[in-house]
Amino acid sequence: MLMAFGTAHSGVLPEDRTDILYHLYDGGGVEIDGPSILVRKQVGKSLSVVGNYYVDMVSSASIDVITTASPYTEEREQWSLGIDYLRGNTTMRVGYTSSEESDYDAATYNFSVSQDMFGDLTTLTLSYALGDDIVRKSGDDTFEKNLDKQIYGIGLTQILTKNLIATLNFETMTDEGYLNNPYRTVRYFDASDLLGRGYGYEEELYPNTRTSNALGMRARYFLPYRAAVEGEYRYFIDTWDIESHTAALTYIHPWKDFTFTGKFRYHDQTGAHFYSDLFPRSQATNFRGRDKELSPLTSYTFKLKAAYTFLNENQSWGFLKKGSVTASIDMLHIDFHDFSDLTALAPIGDEPLYKLDADVFQIFFSFWY
Amino acid sequence: MEKIFLAIGRIVLPLLVIGGLSGCSNFEPWVKPYERDKLADPIMALDGDPVSTSYLQHVYESREGARGGEGAAGGGCGCN
Repeated sequence: MLMAFGTAHSGVLPEDRTDILYHLYDGGGVEIDGPSILVRKQVGKSLSVVGNYYVDMVSSASIDVITTASPYTEEREQWSLGIDYLRGNTTMRVGYTSSEESDYDAATYNFSVSQDMFGDLTTLTLSYALGDDIVRKSGDDTFEKNLDKQIYGIGLTQILTKNLIATLNFETMTDEGYLNNPYRTVRYFDASDLLGRGYGYEEELYPNTRTSNALGMRARYFLPYRAAVEGEYRYFIDTWDIESHTAALTYIHPWKDFTFTGKFRYHDQTGAHFYSDLFPRSQATNFRGRDKELSPLTSYTFKLKAAYTFLNENQSWGFLKKGSVTASIDMLHIDFHDFSDLTALAPIGDEPLYKLDADVFQIFFSFWY
Repeated sequence: MEKIFLAIGRIVLPLLVIGGLSGCSNFEPWVKPYERDKLADPIMALDGDPVSTSYLQHVYESREGARGGEGAAGGGCGCN
């Protein structure tokens, strides 16, 4: 979770702060909520320590679950710890993240180095993360599979003018091991289906490796009045033939003690080469999947956010220098181009395409000290 | 662990070279430190809300097939 430890900007250690967040995702029959607490504190002149505790409480009756399984509830708990060490213009970071749920354990180790250059106009960051995951399956105590992940990253933050700052990030990720979802199935045409649906289900079978490359860029501009606009774009491609374009535009407008943000995000992707909504027969291909996330889709998000600073440096409370409360909503809509809504109970081939609408709520308090 | 040490080596060595080179030059920044007041405004912070950014990144990785390009992420699935 390098992002949780702050955007790389070496030469200065990140600010001491605490964030207490409540998040709620509600959509498509799935409700996920929980807290996230982040505490960062400088120790001495050169070290900054950060910890994050995060919980997902999941209650799922998603379309994948109700068409082939039973609704369920579960909890995921995640701990992160990171240390930043500043020496001259160089910041080194090490971090560890542990995530546990009843059927999935993940451990991630990360390391990065940032270097300020050229009169502090340029920050170059190189990063590496190693993930060691264990996938299990509820109801089958003998099922245990490994998944190894490696992520190499290079990032550049550049001050371009007095009003403009930009970043460029490239990441290459490799996954090796069990990449299936052990609960999901694929659908295949079966004229002899005893239930009269005309199709049956069988287990998914994914390749054991996946290599992805992502190139992201962002630029934020200070407008002639006190407000900012940001544009961002990401190109993604992987060895499963998923190719995507993601773009977003953000406007930030402060007013008195408030800061308002509006954002629109667009994402469009092709499907994995082994994805099919309906395979022609059982075991039709070497690899097969019907995860809707791997299908061709277009998603749109509209975000509104308001932050109120109730404590500033002129009226600090004891050791607290600044305090704010922020509330936001992200309205997510996904159009799936090749994933049928089987809950419509339409004849095979005539099922409507599935659409997902979800709202993501966040409220958090932030304190600087 | 071998993988981690190899990776650290690949990261640290190039940075030492680049850092050494940048330290030797008498580079004059085209945006002087005293001209960076607008860039220092909190509304220009590229990641002003790290805990929120990290959470939303996880939401998108669970709902879409793409990932990365914004920083490395870790953690479990939570995506069924």
